[in-house]
Amino acid sequence: MAEQNNSLVQVRDLYKRFSISGDLLDQLQFKGGKLTRHQEYVHAINGVSLDVKKGEALCVVGESGCGKSTVARTVMGLLTPTAGQISYRGERIDNLSDKQMLPYRKKMQMIFQNPYASLNPRMTIMETLKEPIRFHNPSMASAEVNDIIAEVMLSVGVDPSWGERYSHEFSGGQRQRISIARALAVDPEFIVADEPISALDVSIQAQVLNLMMDAQEQRNLTYLFITHDLSVVEHFGTRVAVMYLGTLCELAPTKQLFSSPRHPYTQALMSAIPRLEDDRPDYIKLSGEVPTPVNLPSGCVFHGRCPHANERCKQEIPVLTLLDDGTQVACHGVEENRL
Amino acid sequence: MPLLEVNNLEVCFGLRSGAVKALRDVSFTLERGERLGVVGESGAGKSVLGFSIINLLSRPGQISSGSVHFEGNDLASLAPGELRSIRGNRISMIFQDPMMTLNPVLTIGVQMVECLLAHRKISKADAKRISLKKLQQVQIPSPEKRLDQYPHELSGGMRQRIVIAIGLLLDPDIIIADEPTTALDVTIQAEIMDLMLNLCEQNNVALILITHDLGVVSQVTQRMLVMYAGRIIEQGPTKEVINDAQHPYTQGLMNALPQMAIPGQKLNQIKGTMPPLQRIPKGCSFNPRCEYVMDVCKQKLPSFTESGNCQVACHMVAESKQDKLLVKEV
Repeated sequence: MAEQNNSLVQVRDLYKRFSISGDLLDQLQFKGGKLTRHQEYVHAINGVSLDVKKGEALCVVGESGCGKSTVARTVMGLLTPTAGQISYRGERIDNLSDKQMLPYRKKMQMIFQNPYASLNPRMTIMETLKEPIRFHNPSMASAEVNDIIAEVMLSVGVDPSWGERYSHEFSGGQRQRISIARALAVDPEFIVADEPISALDVSIQAQVLNLMMDAQEQRNLTYLFITHDLSVVEHFGTRVAVMYLGTLCELAPTKQLFSSPRHPYTQALMSAIPRLEDDRPDYIKLSGEVPTPVNLPSGCVFHGRCPHANERCKQEIPVLTLLDDGTQVACHGVEENRL
Repeated sequence: MPLLEVNNLEVCFGLRSGAVKALRDVSFTLERGERLGVVGESGAGKSVLGFSIINLLSRPGQISSGSVHFEGNDLASLAPGELRSIRGNRISMIFQDPMMTLNPVLTIGVQMVECLLAHRKISKADAKRISLKKLQQVQIPSPEKRLDQYPHELSGGMRQRIVIAIGLLLDPDIIIADEPTTALDVTIQAEIMDLMLNLCEQNNVALILITHDLGVVSQVTQRMLVMYAGRIIEQGPTKEVINDAQHPYTQGLMNALPQMAIPGQKLNQIKGTMPPLQRIPKGCSFNPRCEYVMDVCKQKLPSFTESGNCQVACHMVAESKQDKLLVKEV
């Protein structure tokens, strides 16, 4: 089925919550002479379903705390979902053992936000790049490993003769190139990039983005790209998923999302981007702040800040529905044709 | 006379490996009520500039030459006691991370009252009343409640509002804001920037906005400086610099923005990275990365050329101006 509809990764009804009430003893409370157990959770993801199609760059955007990084980590198998399914090429992977997961790990690689933290400071670049290749191909000859390393280093624009240096000898942009090289070293099909350029300066961001686009072209990669920067999304993404408080608000092809955003939250988010062109655009003011994911609001999670919310929005959780133009929106207002 | 006049400011950091010049030959002026943007990449010296205006540099950093004139006083050579009456009072500063600037063990009210009592001879009740008024100005919901709350009880956007309220507490003439919205989300950033803009306009406060976000600068400021490797390389009215950048670095910075490229196409990148301050190349510090580099760029430091209302430190711009003049004469 997955092969048919051309999706590489399928996420279905994903839920992830984190307990914040400590261990068992912390959870016990005396109430009215009775000992009760009291648990509190952060609801990081609440029923997210999406498909990543082969060869595309699916961007996930949203403000901090909306669960976009949790989605990335859950898809990669770094976190176990509380409920829901994740499939890769139609095979379910969220319930596999570490050993069963191994062949998939080679196909799926991750690039992290902070290249200062994601590279081991005590390993040379050569060792950093050698480790994943050796791990996934234990029987490969040394010469071949070295060839691959030289090739990926060249392809990310890092001189192979720098292999004996340590990561602290490189600048942020160069380190991020090395992280990309590490991800590419095992020849993956699918790369999850969690804010790969947020820690970099503008001129370096452009270099790294170009590099990622080149790699996509040459190696036929599929990206799941997590970011909060909408201008990057407009440039890089094939489709965009907008998240708010652990739920998906809108999923649409990039052009469409930018020309006609449907969900009120997407509209507000778009209008808040500082633009160079006009000096002061009117942005849509959102009242209040993002509610805490510990006690989720009832109904639509956005209703407290939405200028178009009505009674139904406060009661009923909207489902993601496919519109005629291919946009998927979870909003009662759009569904009722009043927005 | 301008409100603030910085002349040939040079800041040195004495390190074991030798002195490093973090700022070199920085000169600019700021008028009353003017909003000035300072942009550049990390390490360009924009934060050091913000710190050195009110001489907040800590060892091993120090102002090695130049002056910062504010109302006839040179802040660079003022005694600590006199400086204290200006710092926070006439010129206040807003930092990037509100969690780092607010004291976590004191309530908001205590911190605000403390700041007022340090500079003014007023009663505690009056100080509290002024604090409340400022909190209302920054549009915090239920301000009375906030005075008794601790910083950790508030969200990031709310904390930054508090920091802005503290910055405005003593009705300063200048606010130096060092990346005030970088730690915040876009929707909150838009609100905070709008708020700062309105408050500065209403109270006729001059703003020095230090940021790496060209979008924010273009929306908020009237004039801007572009810094590279410790120097100002271009300055002028924001609109002119943004729409018609003269210096190849400024042009590169604008072109590198994703919104400047056709979606799906490659971005226009500037090759290489900014040199570390210990190894700034001879001549124009941008020359190894510049695509229009000429021989003179590797030899001689460019001086400022007037171009329209902008000043640009670039040999190429200087030459093209000269050519135009020659053509006119012929």
